[in-house]
Amino acid sequence: MTLNVPVAAIIRQESGIWRCEGYWTLDGIETLDRPLSGIRWPAGVVQLDGSGIQAIDTTGALCLLSLVADLERDSRQVHRIQFREEHLALLDLVQERRASAGVLPPPPPRQSGLERLGRSVAFHLSGALGFLAFIGEAAVALGRLMLHPGRFRWRALFGNIETAGVNALPIIALLSFMMGIVIAYQGGQQLKAYGANIFIVELVSLTMLRELAPLITAIIVAGRTGSSYTAQIGTMQVTEEVDALRTIGIPPMDLLVLPKLLALIIALPLLTVFADALSVFGGMVMARALLEVSFSDFLDRFPQVVTPTSFLLGVGKAPVFAAIIALVGCYQGFQVRGGADSVGRQTTVSVVQSIFLVIAADAVFSVILGSVGLWR
Amino acid sequence: MALSMEPAAPVIAVRGLRIQFGATVIHENLDLDIRRGEVVALVGGSGSGKTTLLRAIIMLLQPAAGSIQLFDQEIVGIGDSAAFRLRRRFGMLFQQGALFSSLTVRENVAVPLHEHTRLPAQRIAEIADLKIALAGLPADTGAKLPRELSGGMIKRAALARALALDPALLFLDEPTSGLDPVSAGAFDELVVQLKESLKLTVVMVTHDLDTLWSATDRVAFLGEKRVIGYAPMRELTRAEHPLIRAYFEGPRGRAAREQMCRAK
Ligand SMILES: Nc1ncnc2c1ncn2[C@@H]1O[C@H](COP(=O)(O)OP(=O)(O)OP(=O)(O)O)[C@@H](O)[C@H]1O
Ligand SMILES: [Mg+2]
Repeated sequence: MTLNVPVAAIIRQESGIWRCEGYWTLDGIETLDRPLSGIRWPAGVVQLDGSGIQAIDTTGALCLLSLVADLERDSRQVHRIQFREEHLALLDLVQERRASAGVLPPPPPRQSGLERLGRSVAFHLSGALGFLAFIGEAAVALGRLMLHPGRFRWRALFGNIETAGVNALPIIALLSFMMGIVIAYQGGQQLKAYGANIFIVELVSLTMLRELAPLITAIIVAGRTGSSYTAQIGTMQVTEEVDALRTIGIPPMDLLVLPKLLALIIALPLLTVFADALSVFGGMVMARALLEVSFSDFLDRFPQVVTPTSFLLGVGKAPVFAAIIALVGCYQGFQVRGGADSVGRQTTVSVVQSIFLVIAADAVFSVILGSVGLWR
Repeated sequence: MALSMEPAAPVIAVRGLRIQFGATVIHENLDLDIRRGEVVALVGGSGSGKTTLLRAIIMLLQPAAGSIQLFDQEIVGIGDSAAFRLRRRFGMLFQQGALFSSLTVRENVAVPLHEHTRLPAQRIAEIADLKIALAGLPADTGAKLPRELSGGMIKRAALARALALDPALLFLDEPTSGLDPVSAGAFDELVVQLKESLKLTVVMVTHDLDTLWSATDRVAFLGEKRVIGYAPMRELTRAEHPLIRAYFEGPRGRAAREQMCRAK
């Protein structure tokens, strides 16, 4: 190909004939629109001469055809002269295929603000109802499992305990240790001012065991495991693997949801105990460094201030958090429709919702426990 | 055409190609030439490496050895900007469609146009609608999402996207599988029409014997890790190689040939 030939579609008038020249191709027509709109067409007959066209592709043909259509709409007659055989064939092909595709239906009318609001309320309500139905289905599946325990998928259960529980140990250890340090540091500054150094034991142990350790653990697990549940089930939904399971006669609930749910209900309390220990240890380290409370002083006082009830109340919340995280994660996975972007969207929704529900549940726990007098 | 190159210039020249995944060798010492304006089909048993060969030619896969020339340019070890310019000149229809699931069909077709041209959005939408029509889809398909399409419609939408830039070279991986016989026939016709009016070069993988007979100029048979037969369909079916005979001498192969002979 000769270089430096400008690739452009040209149309110009020469003794009453409009000559199409150059490259009527995707590259060529980029420069065509402006000169085209500046042309003043004569009334009556327009003669278009195609002999100068070097190359034409379907895009160029589209431009030429829409030019002709525009002219004819203004009640002019267009005569195509001296077009090459193969160019005419292409023009015909494009015209014929466009005709057989039919005309575009008009776009749907824009929704009013009120209608959008209504639709969004209905959408969220049906989402909430769907989640309730999902919890019900999971409960039924759990009941069925009680009747036929032999059907349970132990391998899936242990696999899930490993990925959701064992593999999360390092990150939980690190974060709860640091939480212990932070709480002991902040509280310790105040206690030191009053000379009440030893009360650091109460401060760290009770905040951690009752509130923070269960909450931190649940939030980490929601981000780490809940999201992976959604992504896994969502991808299987996209690739029709979920439908394949149903067809083979394996209820997706049994294979995909129950092992995850039970695994998390087992793993999260254990992780919480682990986080309890590490965060109290973090507090101990800080207490010794900052408040001259030695490890042995700390541990002497610990059983006096921490009742078994406090410990159990903290750990007892974990299975509820676990159920929330697993159910939301799986439910959002099944809500995936279509493709990759839907997986991403539902995963985000899953993490946000499960963290929100965990904190809301924690608040409910506080109110209930407070009202029945189990504060200490 | 004064500016056109001599007709026999190869658009694709593959020499001594070796492709392997780990220790598994898929192609060994494979040669293949495809001339400008030709419709070439790659055939061969399942797993013989047809898709893999296409992926190597369109620069999605680095071969372990050998050379591939695309439009007279060596693409083994090619730089990024040169690769970008080459990509402007061919379109690919993937075996599974590979439509972007978050975009409508019209937006899918418009993606390459937005990326490679500076046309106004209005014009791009028009062009996209044309490609959708060319691929044989009704006009209202443009507003649909890929998940709302049937298997055959996905194929055609993917064809529309492959045609978006009016490429000089078109790669099609099993374009007619999943199409009903009428649309498959219309597809063959479209390929022939595009080839004749646009001088398009088409490389397609297909198992469709009707397509092989009615739409191709030459057929390359992949087996034993290389091209073991490369000829027009009529000659290839007479080849001696046992793999080729087994492929075409089955009841389906014979039926297609007889039908073809009767039609002539
Ligand atoms: N990413 C990969 N990793 C490992 N092996 C692969 C990979 N992709 C393909 N293969 C192997 O390469 C071989 C050729 O695969 P390819 O997809 O090219 O087959 P094909 O000829 O297109 O078959 P079909 O007609 O079924 O589409 C197969 O044996 C496949 O297992
Ligand atoms: Mg393949």
